[in-house]
Amino acid sequence: MTAAATPRGFPAPAPAPHVSAMTWVSVFGRMLAIQGSWNYETLLGNGIGFALEPALRRLPGGVHSDAFKQAMTRESAYFNAHPYLTSVAVGALARAELSGVPPERIERFRTALCGPLGSVGDRLIWAGWLPFSSLIALVAFGFGATPMTVVLLFVILYNAGHFGLRAWGLYVGWTRGLAVASALGNPVLRQGPAYIARAAAAVAGVAIPLAASRILGFRGPLFVGALACGAVIAVALVRVHGRVEGWKLVLVLIALFALVSVAR
Amino acid sequence: MRELLPVAMLGGVLGLDVVCFPQMMISRPIVAGTVAGAFVGDSATGMLVGATLELIALATLPFGASRYPEWGSAAVVGSAIASAMHMQASGAITVGVLMALATAWVGGWTLVKLREWNAWLARRKRGALEHGSRGAVVGLQLAGLTSDLTRATILTALAYWLLSPLARAMVALWSFDATVSRAVTVGAACAVAAAAAWTIFHTARGARWYFAAGLMVGLLLLTLR
Repeated sequence: MTAAATPRGFPAPAPAPHVSAMTWVSVFGRMLAIQGSWNYETLLGNGIGFALEPALRRLPGGVHSDAFKQAMTRESAYFNAHPYLTSVAVGALARAELSGVPPERIERFRTALCGPLGSVGDRLIWAGWLPFSSLIALVAFGFGATPMTVVLLFVILYNAGHFGLRAWGLYVGWTRGLAVASALGNPVLRQGPAYIARAAAAVAGVAIPLAASRILGFRGPLFVGALACGAVIAVALVRVHGRVEGWKLVLVLIALFALVSVAR
Repeated sequence: MRELLPVAMLGGVLGLDVVCFPQMMISRPIVAGTVAGAFVGDSATGMLVGATLELIALATLPFGASRYPEWGSAAVVGSAIASAMHMQASGAITVGVLMALATAWVGGWTLVKLREWNAWLARRKRGALEHGSRGAVVGLQLAGLTSDLTRATILTALAYWLLSPLARAMVALWSFDATVSRAVTVGAACAVAAAAAWTIFHTARGARWYFAAGLMVGLLLLTLR
């Protein structure tokens, strides 16, 4: 990632400074811990500074220079985005800092990136890829897959998307620099969530009865009754959307059931 | 309770994965539950509890600052408790799920406290951070990671230590048979999963038809098997 591959139509960033492969490995590794000090005041801010630090050591004068310290101050301030897509910001900010872009431009750019990286990531990953991967694992479970198969299927499928997105983000951020916002128009990011949602909806329909059947270990009137009751409760949950959390309702229902079972 | 230490360490590592490191989602109940089951010698039971919790967990999306249950440590606790009873008792799965849900609730609260703790640490280092101290940035990150690992390990250890005897006592007094117990648990979990699928995906054009078609295929597959 040392060459500036500028896509047609985007303003060319300044020539890319040399950054060693080991530095990129270090930056990537630190990005996996980007939420390590997540808090309600600076959110991801310190994590951005932490991930960028190996790249910022390349600034003239190294870690003892004023340029390094000022960059660390800027990059450790408040930042909010989806943790996987912060890789786009990390790549672009590394490029901007090492290319000597004026601080006020970097700060404006940093602020502008927060919203898009948050909303795109939430739709693509938390409301798309994660439930899709879970449901695929539940289908495998429902078909009678072994524990090892179910676990490996989920971990490999989910993380193919996870690590792929982080690596793409870092690459595109570094190569496009401050022009990286245009990369968020990538069809995968714009239309991907809708496609994944449709696929996940179909997989959910298959997964729920199959998984229920395997957990129960039998089929018959009781199985049909459980699914029917489940459907009624599901409709009720959809109707009171936002006012009752499903997992809390299950907790109360099972606690009451357990109480009756133990007490009678 | 020989398994307390390995279970606590597993819960610590998987609890850390939820938010802090490396977010590979090995903390999802279907993974965490199965691995916890394997730790106490019954991965099949662990997977049953994990799959049930996974259906329920579909409804909770870990959006930024929102408060959500902590499934990593919770799935370890619930699955280890159920797996240690080896499905012999009729209420083992149901009680395992119940203990996991209770732990997840407390776990969600501990995540909020961890974030407040991280903010307090950051405030103490504000001066150093404003001067661009590399040590302060790295130190804060490592302190946050260590705190989360400690949080999840202690949570798992305490929950397992307190809830395991309670679960055994409940199962000893359990009066419903295994089929009824599982039917109730599965019915409730499927309700949450179906509602979650609808809520998450219905905004995509045609998703409700995809869901309906998938449901038909799922039911057809069940009748043909």
